[in-house]
Amino acid sequence: MNRPIRRVAVVCMVMFTLLLLNATYNIVVRQSGLNADSRNRRVRDAEFAQDRGPILAGQEQIARSEPSDGTFGYQRLYDQPYLYAPITGYYSYDHGNTSLEANYSSKLAGTDDSQFVRRTLDLATGEQPKGASVETTINPAAQQAAYNGLEGKKGAVVAMDPQTGAILAMVSTPSFDPNAIASHDLQEANESWSQLAEDPNNPLTNRATREIYPPGSVFKLVTAAAALENGHPADAPIDSPEQLRLPGTQTDLGNDTYCGGNQISMEQALKVSCNTAFANLALEVGEDEMRAKAEEFGFGTQPLAELNAVASRYPTEMNDAQLAMTGIGQYEVAATPLQMTLVASAIANRGQLYRPYVVETVRASNLSPIETHRPDLMGRPLSGENADALAGMMETVVTEGTGTNAQISGATVGGKTSTAQSAPDRPPYAWFTSFAKDDEGTPKIAVTVFVEDAGVSRSEVSGGGLAAPIARDVMESVL
Amino acid sequence: MAESETTGSGMVVIYHKRRNVEAAMMLFALAIGIIGWTLVEYNLHEEVPTNLPVVAGIWVMLGLIAHLAVRIRIPYADPVILPCAMLLNGLGLTMIHRIDQISDPVATGAHTQLMWTTIGMTLFVLTVTFLRDHRRLQAYTYIMFLSGLVLLLLPLVPGLGREVMGARIWIFIGPFSFQPAEIAKIVLAVAFASYLVEKREVLAEAGARVLGIDLPRPRDLGPILIMWVASLLVLVYQRDLGTSLLFFGLFVMMLYTATERPSWPILGSAMFFGGAYVGYLLFSHVQIRVNAWLFPFSNFDQNLQVINAQYGMAWGGLIGTGLGLGRPGLTPLARSDFIAGAIGEELGTAGLMAVVMLYGLIVARGLRASLASKELFGKLLAAGLSFVFALQVFIIIGGVTRLLPLTGLTTPFMSQGGSSMIANWVIAGLLLVMSHQARKPVAPVTEDPDPDREKTQHVPAGGSA
Repeated sequence: MNRPIRRVAVVCMVMFTLLLLNATYNIVVRQSGLNADSRNRRVRDAEFAQDRGPILAGQEQIARSEPSDGTFGYQRLYDQPYLYAPITGYYSYDHGNTSLEANYSSKLAGTDDSQFVRRTLDLATGEQPKGASVETTINPAAQQAAYNGLEGKKGAVVAMDPQTGAILAMVSTPSFDPNAIASHDLQEANESWSQLAEDPNNPLTNRATREIYPPGSVFKLVTAAAALENGHPADAPIDSPEQLRLPGTQTDLGNDTYCGGNQISMEQALKVSCNTAFANLALEVGEDEMRAKAEEFGFGTQPLAELNAVASRYPTEMNDAQLAMTGIGQYEVAATPLQMTLVASAIANRGQLYRPYVVETVRASNLSPIETHRPDLMGRPLSGENADALAGMMETVVTEGTGTNAQISGATVGGKTSTAQSAPDRPPYAWFTSFAKDDEGTPKIAVTVFVEDAGVSRSEVSGGGLAAPIARDVMESVL
Repeated sequence: MAESETTGSGMVVIYHKRRNVEAAMMLFALAIGIIGWTLVEYNLHEEVPTNLPVVAGIWVMLGLIAHLAVRIRIPYADPVILPCAMLLNGLGLTMIHRIDQISDPVATGAHTQLMWTTIGMTLFVLTVTFLRDHRRLQAYTYIMFLSGLVLLLLPLVPGLGREVMGARIWIFIGPFSFQPAEIAKIVLAVAFASYLVEKREVLAEAGARVLGIDLPRPRDLGPILIMWVASLLVLVYQRDLGTSLLFFGLFVMMLYTATERPSWPILGSAMFFGGAYVGYLLFSHVQIRVNAWLFPFSNFDQNLQVINAQYGMAWGGLIGTGLGLGRPGLTPLARSDFIAGAIGEELGTAGLMAVVMLYGLIVARGLRASLASKELFGKLLAAGLSFVFALQVFIIIGGVTRLLPLTGLTTPFMSQGGSSMIANWVIAGLLLVMSHQARKPVAPVTEDPDPDREKTQHVPAGGSA
């Protein structure tokens, strides 16, 4: 009877070997995936309880962690929640993280691969591991000015340093309080989140980077740049009839103002925002060149990954009527406020477009930098000469055109207004895209103000009236 | 007192008694349990508990009594099985105590479990002291067979059995609940062993030959059919794939061992897998289990338990979070079915593997006793008990670690539960008794009080082996 018993022993051995092999397989193959699963409460709780590093704007901590007695060791706090919410995003237990809290999460938590050595040292010295601090490019004064300007309105402001791409201000209103979502009282946090998510005003949406809107007349800057770059001289006259029959249709495109004649200069056309002139320019340039120029300005790309910016849109496969409409920023053209800031920035900076960024430096808890941003030339959508010419035209808009509300004494300001039709049943969007140079002619700031809804009557909505004053305040705070 | 000698003819091996080795290993096993318990307390409350001497004292006392009973009554017993069981039991108590601390106010699962451990070890001592020779069990074949089947099917009796979490494997009498299958396991193993030893010649007769396999004669198929039907009843009406597999596997394996005919396990496997497949097609609870095994993430909420155990073991990693420092409480039933997951989380995959190895050692020593046994009943019973023990460990730990579909079996010596604790200590006792009978000198030695009795018990080694 011993032979079958030996065989049974072999079967038992196989069973135990399988158990050991399977345990090995689990640890070698399955472990990392399981530990990366966001539904894994062990991982989530441990992360939620971590001493995360602060997020800074200038010297101010706009997000920080404080020791807490509750279930989780540290509570995330936002001292000026509404002001900085579009940048910090929120940090929640059940609803993930957004914005910098999401995209710099592992560095803030100190679990990033780049902090491995530090972490190992902490482990060896018995010190509590601490997360890195994230220093943003945000200028608190500009941020505050932008927020004050938009208070009570729906809209967004994006300000950027044209010479580096550093985002100086980014505001989206209505804003929200990330403290409520970061609460350790998870039920309260969930209720706050649901309330915000269901709010018809979409406070959780970052209008500056995450939404695209019809830009209207501010897009004429792109049309002008495309024309200049495709051989249309700055001083050559453009046909500017009072009515332009759109090719292949029975529809006439009209002007909101008197353009100043049937043939006007580009400067004049921009100053009075002449629709027919820019529609003609778009037809002259052609669809492919228009799109190519728009893309050089950043359309079709996602320019600011740190804040999950979406791509702006220039339509494809159009007929001539549609092409003409894109010349004035209508038809299916749609842009983020950030994208329009890039356009103004390139024009102000002699045609050189720098990639926007919002994180200057990431510093480990011992203050040594882990990561520092270097300005990155994204492209050169127009030549220095053409850029200066277009910038000059924008300055005329501010000195004597639709943008006079943006004037600042002692600085050169250029801008372009827009009052863009969105839908018949809602007020038009007010835009103002601008830049300011100091007295030496150095471009200091490019700003786009977008007002979705200011709660005023239709007739009072205009880029120059609603948006330009806000842009002026933001520029003034930096100059 | 340990000595080894051969008689002049070199025919008889006299084994060492190895009681001091066992004593040393017992100290080690007891120490691990006590240290584990202290670590839990220290890691959770940051102080060494004041009742440490009391707890340590109780635990050492239990170990000491068990060891002394073996030393006095069955001195030639295997020295490894008892320390392994003690270590596993200590780890189990530690882990249950650790999980007790999660709830607020703290639960007292470990107290109950310690009570059951005491009862289990008392039965162990009684088995060792009064049974001493397992052959006495051979006298009650049919009574045992019947009572085993009755125990197995008892939960199906209306009013007595109750369904708990989808499986009807419990009986409730007043305030007491019990899993009769755990006891049935032992009773049926004994019944099978004595029945098969008696009938092995007949059962080994060859019937028709199909595909190169000698099938048994149709009229010998009766017992296997009864067990197959009983297993299917368990599967269908108790909804318990694990228990079903355990009993059928035990029977087929013992049949094979007794008859030495490979056709039995082949036929048995085919019947089981056929039955299981039909069960899969017919019953949603079987489908859910299989789905949770293959694609746990396809239904996160439904498979939460399995998924959470995987999360826990991944979180623990190779060396574990440390006792008291993980979060085993997130997995439902962490004290009972999923205690292996809790071990994997806090003691790591390394710790879980060590536990698997401890089980492996018990099985290996049990099979060794079987091989060394000088008579067929002991051989068959030791092999059967070792195999069913191995199969149970394989099914439950395999289920928790996603090697197999999960079926709710207990983890021997560790899971919370009285019936399992009692049954496993009795199994340990039986294995020790059989190893003592196998290893003790055949020839009368001076310390035996009654040489004549010893002689009459002598059975020539091996049978057909």
